[in-house]
Amino acid sequence: MQGVNASPTTASMPARLLNRSIGKKILMSFSGLVLLGYVVGHLIGNLQIFVGQNALNAYAVFLHSIGAWLWIIRAFLLAMLIIHVWTALRLYFENRAARPIGYKRKVYQEATLSSRTMIWTGIGVFLFVVYHLMHFTLIITNPQYSHLEDALGRHDVYSMVILGFQNYLISAVYIVSIAIVSYHVAHASKSMFQTWGLNDTNFEKILHPATVIFAWLIFLGYVSIPIAVLTGFVKLPEGVI
Amino acid sequence: MNLTLYVWRQKNAGDKGRMDKYEAKDISPDMSFLEMLDVVNEDLEREGKDPIAFDHDCREGICGTCSLNVNGVAHGPEKGTTVCQLHMRNFKDGDKIYIEPWRAKAFPVVKDLIVDRSAFDRIMQAGGFVSVGTGGAPDANAIPISKEAAEDAFDAAACIGCGACVAACKNASAMLFVAAKVSHLANLPQGKVEAKRRVVNMINQMDLEGFGNCTNYYECQAACPKEISVKFIAQMNREYFRSLRYKEK
Ligand code: HEM
Ligand code: SF4
Ligand code: FES
Repeated sequence: MQGVNASPTTASMPARLLNRSIGKKILMSFSGLVLLGYVVGHLIGNLQIFVGQNALNAYAVFLHSIGAWLWIIRAFLLAMLIIHVWTALRLYFENRAARPIGYKRKVYQEATLSSRTMIWTGIGVFLFVVYHLMHFTLIITNPQYSHLEDALGRHDVYSMVILGFQNYLISAVYIVSIAIVSYHVAHASKSMFQTWGLNDTNFEKILHPATVIFAWLIFLGYVSIPIAVLTGFVKLPEGVI
Repeated sequence: MNLTLYVWRQKNAGDKGRMDKYEAKDISPDMSFLEMLDVVNEDLEREGKDPIAFDHDCREGICGTCSLNVNGVAHGPEKGTTVCQLHMRNFKDGDKIYIEPWRAKAFPVVKDLIVDRSAFDRIMQAGGFVSVGTGGAPDANAIPISKEAAEDAFDAAACIGCGACVAACKNASAMLFVAAKVSHLANLPQGKVEAKRRVVNMINQMDLEGFGNCTNYYECQAACPKEISVKFIAQMNREYFRSLRYKEK
């Protein structure tokens, strides 16, 4: 007997979100959805590198021109990331505690590898986010090529990205990291529909292939950038270094 | 046929337990898995050894008492089948078979392959019922119920409470069992009245018992001998969402 809670139905709504299993999953799914929105939005912005130097640099100037809003959005994303990671760790440790003695033999019949490795791909994503911010946003790791200016005196994001990806090691780190993000997204984008109760047997038949395609699009979309730089498809403008 | 068994042996709840090796000789393919264990146990008794303790009752797949993890799969290799209805023709001569109890903090081992599943009873006591005076059997069709609702309720009600869903889940989550019970009643007009309080109370008790959380692996549905669908977990999530603000008056 593990005890009885005297008055579960008097628990407040925040308690039902924070301290009950389905509540925690609701937090995971909504914070994850916001991060997913960011992943898609960021991809669309980045793909402007294929339009050219002017487009990408103008996009960067635009982001900075919204001033306070940029910081509000950044703070919101950070808050969602913290909720997501904190809840993920709580779930992980609770789930481990729920089976203190494991099986000698265990065969999975339906659970995908992507679903079973969410915590590890998640931690991978987190480490990548830290590195990525240090590389292109805070400009700590490669300051030598990150303060260039273009002909209009704008921060030359275009050349910074190309010089970054011309380094094989940096490109390899990005490609692997993007694969990890996509693998996380493959299970996540399907799982959230189930968490919201929007799934059923028929919808699953469409949802499953749709989320696999979605994860591939995320992967191919992001990976196209370092690949385009490495293959020389996207080149440095005249006169940079 | 002859088989080699590796069986979890544990004297009592306090014992550490270990895997022991046994030979099962002259097993007929027409025997059920439990009959095969009966044969092994008769040999053990003849040698004056402690027979292997395992749970069973109806042996026809309806009571939900049998509970063996066979070669890493709850209820063994055949889909939609309890281990009591699993036949030895699913194995071949010389096979090695690992037999383990359900593994979950909420299902402590009592002896050998027997676990205590009273956590499920307490979840049912927390809300798995309809509070109405029960008179005589009501007339059929006195309360109109749509075909879809009746079929969903019936599919969910097929759950026999065996606990294979918990055993199969990487997180030892009881979501499929609780979802079956919540959805069974929530689909029927008699159960709708208490739907909000039921889901809040049953999830609360599920958490208190120490079951894990759902990562939507769907491993439960693969192991379930009654093939209860994870669509009922989606339904329970919906019910929970609706009752987030519910307060007892
Ligand atoms: C680009 C960033 C990320 C996105 C788009 C994302 C998205 C999601 C989404 C949508 C879910 C589904 C929730 C559900 O099952 O309903 C999820 C689950 C999960 N995420 Fe993330 N996530 C991201 C980063 C992270 C990070 C940094 C961690 C760090 C630990 C993490 C750990 C997890 C875990 C463990 C789960 C599964 C939780 C469970 O069901 O047990 N994620 N993620
Ligand atoms: S949902 Fe299936 S596996 Fe779980 S207790 Fe019910 S019958 Fe057993
Ligand atoms: S013994 Fe009753 S279901 Fe197996």
